[in-house]
Amino acid sequence: MQQGSNPGVVTVCAPEPVVIGVDALPALFSALRAWGYTVVGPTVRDGAIVLSELESAAELPYGWGVETEAGQYRVRRRSDTAAFGHSAGPQSWKNFLHPPRARMWSADRTADAVTVSGAGEQPRYALLGVRPCDVRAIGVLDRVLSHGQHADAVYSGRRDGAFVIAVECTEPGATCFCASMGCGPDAQSGYDLALTELVDGDDHRFVARSGTEAGARLLAQLPQRPADDATVHKAQAAVKRAATEMGRAMPEVDLPRLMTESRESPHWDDVASRCLTCGNCTMVCPTCFCTATEDVTDLTGDHAERWSVWDSCFSLDFTGMHGGEVRVSGQSRYRQWISHKLGTWHEQFGSSGCVGCGRCIVWCPVGIDITQEAAALAALRPPSVLDAAGGETADAEAVGIKED
Amino acid sequence: MTTLTEAAEAEHADPAVPRFYRVVSRREDTYDTVTMELAAQADPLPLFAPGQFSMLTAFGIGEVPISLSGLGSSGGDGGGPAALRLQHTVRAVGAVTRSLCAVRPGQLIGVRGPFGTGWDLASAIGHDLLIIAGGIGLAPLRPVLLAALEDRSRYGRLVLLVGARSPADLLYPDELEAWRERGVEVAVTVDRPGEGWQGNVGVVTSLLEPAAPGANQTTAFICGPEIMMRYAAQALIALEVPTQRIQVSLERTMRCGAGWCGHCQLGPLLLCRDGPVVTYDRASELMRIREL
Amino acid sequence: MTAQMQTRVAAHPFLAALAPPQRELLAEDAWPVLFAAGERVFAEGAAAERFWLIETGSVALDIWVPGRGQQTVETLSAGTVLGWSWLYPPHRWHFGAQARDDVEAIAFDAAAVRRRCEADPAFGYAILRCFTPVIIERLQATRLRMLDLYASPDEAADTDARRAESPQSEGTR
Repeated sequence: MQQGSNPGVVTVCAPEPVVIGVDALPALFSALRAWGYTVVGPTVRDGAIVLSELESAAELPYGWGVETEAGQYRVRRRSDTAAFGHSAGPQSWKNFLHPPRARMWSADRTADAVTVSGAGEQPRYALLGVRPCDVRAIGVLDRVLSHGQHADAVYSGRRDGAFVIAVECTEPGATCFCASMGCGPDAQSGYDLALTELVDGDDHRFVARSGTEAGARLLAQLPQRPADDATVHKAQAAVKRAATEMGRAMPEVDLPRLMTESRESPHWDDVASRCLTCGNCTMVCPTCFCTATEDVTDLTGDHAERWSVWDSCFSLDFTGMHGGEVRVSGQSRYRQWISHKLGTWHEQFGSSGCVGCGRCIVWCPVGIDITQEAAALAALRPPSVLDAAGGETADAEAVGIKED
Repeated sequence: MTTLTEAAEAEHADPAVPRFYRVVSRREDTYDTVTMELAAQADPLPLFAPGQFSMLTAFGIGEVPISLSGLGSSGGDGGGPAALRLQHTVRAVGAVTRSLCAVRPGQLIGVRGPFGTGWDLASAIGHDLLIIAGGIGLAPLRPVLLAALEDRSRYGRLVLLVGARSPADLLYPDELEAWRERGVEVAVTVDRPGEGWQGNVGVVTSLLEPAAPGANQTTAFICGPEIMMRYAAQALIALEVPTQRIQVSLERTMRCGAGWCGHCQLGPLLLCRDGPVVTYDRASELMRIREL
Repeated sequence: MTAQMQTRVAAHPFLAALAPPQRELLAEDAWPVLFAAGERVFAEGAAAERFWLIETGSVALDIWVPGRGQQTVETLSAGTVLGWSWLYPPHRWHFGAQARDDVEAIAFDAAAVRRRCEADPAFGYAILRCFTPVIIERLQATRLRMLDLYASPDEAADTDARRAESPQSEGTR
């Protein structure tokens, strides 16, 4: 039996928010560990706020914030003791739900048979401090890796066993644009427990509400008081204000259509002149899910394993077929990434692949900004296409191929 | 608590885990191509449809997508809803396929599947069925031709046009003759005739005009190198065959077959899921864009 | 005879784009021919004084390669035209042609057709409009064959070392 959240199930109860003090966090850790969860949350390490398995609430990054810009990331001291006063770091929750390396199966061969065992039992993580954009990103991964025709056993095992504690965003970074993607800064669903952090001098507290039955049961174990209207309003106002303080915004255009119509845009040359095709954006993206496989054996040759490892559409051999690669140029590889993220993802999985977390902007070594590239593509659309927005321009050409 | 049985069932259902099939026969079709028949051991995979593909594992070496080339002698009928037998035609072009081609009867091969879309044979009912194959592209088309022959009366003419590099590269020459005897209009052409070749020489589209498919009563299935498929489809469009009545089997790198690895994207299509068989009205623009 | 010839000329798909009066003119320079299987239609280097519309059967275009013998470069089937070396000087066949099976065809007097083309540019243009699509089609087909699309990646012309040995480089067919 598992206390996991299921995004497919609508919560029937409308939970009353409560207030828990910062001193309730140790109790939260204890309760989660008693339920068998390994707690994963933010902590300061190596000059960044990273996601890590945490032993105690004391490891949370109290009083640390971050400063981000395109190609820049710095931790900084805050003037308060906020534990979640930072925007996205170099990792996302996919590092735990869809790990960089995972064994898919192992097999032993005898003279007359092969015995295979699958991925096996997966760890159960309590994810603490998941930003609303990242909650949405987990929902995106759910659609790709769990809710399609086939379910990925590693991801689904970890996801079904996970407990999600969202923390709403009150202080977005300069590279954040979740509001324009409709993915934050408030948490709407997909969590077991949602917190909003409020710090007024020594009065450090969270407005907490449960999103699932399991979340409600956990909350019931914590020292708390009913939330007064003033505190609830203060928390809501802080989240509302955050929506207006995003450092970036995605242009308000029909992005899938823009991507389709930009397939042969001259702008790809411009991006490719800057892009190093390093794949950092795909590593830090909370929804980039691509993997390759590696088959390995022991020295006898009779024990074999298959491992799934993160791959990137920026690597040349990503499209390697007999005879050569399909996407050879940097132009085509950047086009694939952004077109998939903002465009074809909708057709493939029913939503955008971008949640507006801004990591790809921060961790790009040359500061390529997905919002600016989308805006540049939009600016280059021929006027006739703009005029015909919503009409039927592209279809007429799509029928035949004319060439010499 | 999860019981052992539940765990076993969950593992059983894990599409990432191969089932091991025994090689019951192996035939060398050409100098680099082998057709093997595989027999299920304990738990067979679900039944395959013509056009779908397997992921075949060479133990400890790796895995490749290979289209079904036949349901085997005791597959399809009487086998229930499971793939008891599978035939695959494999061309040795890399480490994994070389290893697969070298298998001997009695050995075990990992199989996952069935994956992807099949040929929409139902859409051809009441029509002439025109099958155009280039090179090893004949392999994925073989089971659909056999399925049409099983149910011969539902289709008009059955026309098979085959292009090969040379007579030595031609797949299934004995079967081509057998199909001809069963009323399939078979025409073969090669790029490089060898000594003693009495047949046609030229591209496969040169067989179209003599075959004279009727524009309004033809459903076409095409499989071969991508450029060949584009030219064949364009030749059919010139003969006024509607694009949605032309189906092509597309190919991109595949790692998982199950929609998780992201490699097989062609624009909006995940070819392991939305393909490999795609109607040409969807495929044509995607095939036109360079490096998509 | 002429009426019958006109019917046959009109029935051939190669001349479908001609106006009926143009087809009638052309039929005046035409006569029926039969080639037995294996019979040589014309020899490489000989004077190109005819062209043919193939009605049934098929013809192989060939060339003699020292050391390799007679090589078939392409086969032509019913419904198409055989021969265009007569259109321009030096009016000599670049390849040879041999009937692969019994062939029924319509032969044309190339010199007579050339004279009509020169005398009547509209007629000449109409004739070229029949020939050029076939020439383009065969040129494109030849280019495709040069790509050697069915070749194994090992043999493909410009395979480089980077691509030679990789488990990534395999696929469904």
